[in-house]
Amino acid sequence: MSNQSSHTATQVRKAKDGIGYTLIHIISFFTLLPVLGIIFYIVANGAPTITWDFLTSMPTDGMRAGGILPAIVGTLYLTIGTAVFSVPLGVAAGIYLAEYAPQNIWTRFIRIAIISLAGIPSVVYGLFGLGMFVLFLKLGNSILAASLTLSIMTLPTIISTTEEALRVVPERFRVVCASLGASKWQGIRKIILPEAMPGILTGVILGLERAAGETAPILFTGATFFLPHLPSSPLDATMALPYHIFVISTQVPGMPLQIQFGSVLVLLVFVLVMNLSATTIRTRARRNRQW
Amino acid sequence: MKDKVITRIIKIAGFSSIIIVLMIFYFLLKEGLPTLGEVALSDLFTTRWYPIEDYFGILPLFSGSLLVTFISIAIALPFGIGTAVYIAEIAPARVKEILKPLIEILAGIPSVVLGFIGIVFLSPTLRETFNLPTGLTAFTGALLLALISVPTIVSVAEDALNAVPQSYREASYALGVTRWQTIWQVTLPAARSGVITAVMLGISRTLGETMAVMMVTGNAPTMLQGIQSIFKPTRTMTATIASEMGEVASGSTHYHVLFFIGIVLFLFSLIINIISSHFSEKNRKEKEQVV
Repeated sequence: MSNQSSHTATQVRKAKDGIGYTLIHIISFFTLLPVLGIIFYIVANGAPTITWDFLTSMPTDGMRAGGILPAIVGTLYLTIGTAVFSVPLGVAAGIYLAEYAPQNIWTRFIRIAIISLAGIPSVVYGLFGLGMFVLFLKLGNSILAASLTLSIMTLPTIISTTEEALRVVPERFRVVCASLGASKWQGIRKIILPEAMPGILTGVILGLERAAGETAPILFTGATFFLPHLPSSPLDATMALPYHIFVISTQVPGMPLQIQFGSVLVLLVFVLVMNLSATTIRTRARRNRQW
Repeated sequence: MKDKVITRIIKIAGFSSIIIVLMIFYFLLKEGLPTLGEVALSDLFTTRWYPIEDYFGILPLFSGSLLVTFISIAIALPFGIGTAVYIAEIAPARVKEILKPLIEILAGIPSVVLGFIGIVFLSPTLRETFNLPTGLTAFTGALLLALISVPTIVSVAEDALNAVPQSYREASYALGVTRWQTIWQVTLPAARSGVITAVMLGISRTLGETMAVMMVTGNAPTMLQGIQSIFKPTRTMTATIASEMGEVASGSTHYHVLFFIGIVLFLFSLIINIISSHFSEKNRKEKEQVV
């Protein structure tokens, strides 16, 4: 009798197992469905708009016709500008944390600061950029101010991934460098950094990807509604793809849908290419790693 | 000699994040604190936000943010944790290799693109399905925000699950416990601190998100009125800053109040992130004790 009840108990447990498993499968499926759905939806609706002309000409008729060249160029400028400031600073800070920082209260403070930076809402970065770069440093609404704002937002990502990439390089590499008479910096520059490079690069690209797609930080630091010509100096304001999408989908009445879809597709491709190259660098490096 | 200079530079870079956080805080205070001299606290904490007539009650924005964040996390939590469990505990290696990049792609889709999807697809669909007067509601925003916070929740929770020693699961199986029960009663509880971190970071991400919410929640700063508010337009703190900062004169009361809201957001994110880093630290220490 007791044998039989334990038998049914097992059956119940197994049934629960089955239901649970099915549920987890369904949940995961519904988490990932939107990703594919969104990409398919944008590509299907946006692809017909993409012509050489659309990518390389200026907008006309209050942006209701023509191309989106100034927005594309602006996003390129902002991404490059962000890289110029955030990559050297972020990588150096990552090197400090991985190779130099002692275990003390100051290092603890640095870590708290990085965690705090990573959590600050993007629109608050925009406020900071407005207060510091646009008004206090008098850079005005400009590519320079927007790039500086975006680079500060990107910094925590680059610092953390650089540190992580350096930490996975085995300790024996450093010991061997030192035993061969190399100074600490020589060892880092010639041996450790090159080994960690794919990891650092992945982090840098993912950080810049986020910067390229952000709207809120550039709303009041450098983005402009419409520009009849391309920006000619870092102190000019610029159009940018994310802001352009925001404007044409919410602020311009009678905006043709195909131009909206086309612009969104261009931004999506821009971001996905960065994403894929980061992922590819990482997988390839993992496969080729000798240690 | 050269080594010394470089080491010095790296050290300064290392400390830069502390300086940046302090600068951000300084500039937010500088532009936001004058609020307290211009608007009485009793007026600030009222329910009417109508800046054109000098009504600066921030409670509706506050309740808007809370409402949207709450619904969004309620949706993202089961999907995020479920997917993390699937990736860490169930999925075969080959499926994992497809799922993880997909999650990363979702994390990389700019919020303005999601906002666009919200306008052209999600909100009309919701309006027709639920027969609403408008599809631009708190719920629409919350759905998009769930998409934005899911990647954060998945990746942090998955790391936490992976950090649970294999011996826990094996001991559980050896006692005749099924895999499903092991997940719920052994692995997830063991990864508890990490899972809490995941949820807190998800909340922080949701609370700070700007563009997607601004585009689809209908921009109506109204107070929370019970359960039906879910399907009504609302307005978050972030969206208020983003949509109004462009039109105010710098130095005006309205300008100061928007920075004041920025301070509130900054402090919120700071608290959430520091608490969650405490939990992830705890998670790490628990793991070290076992090993």
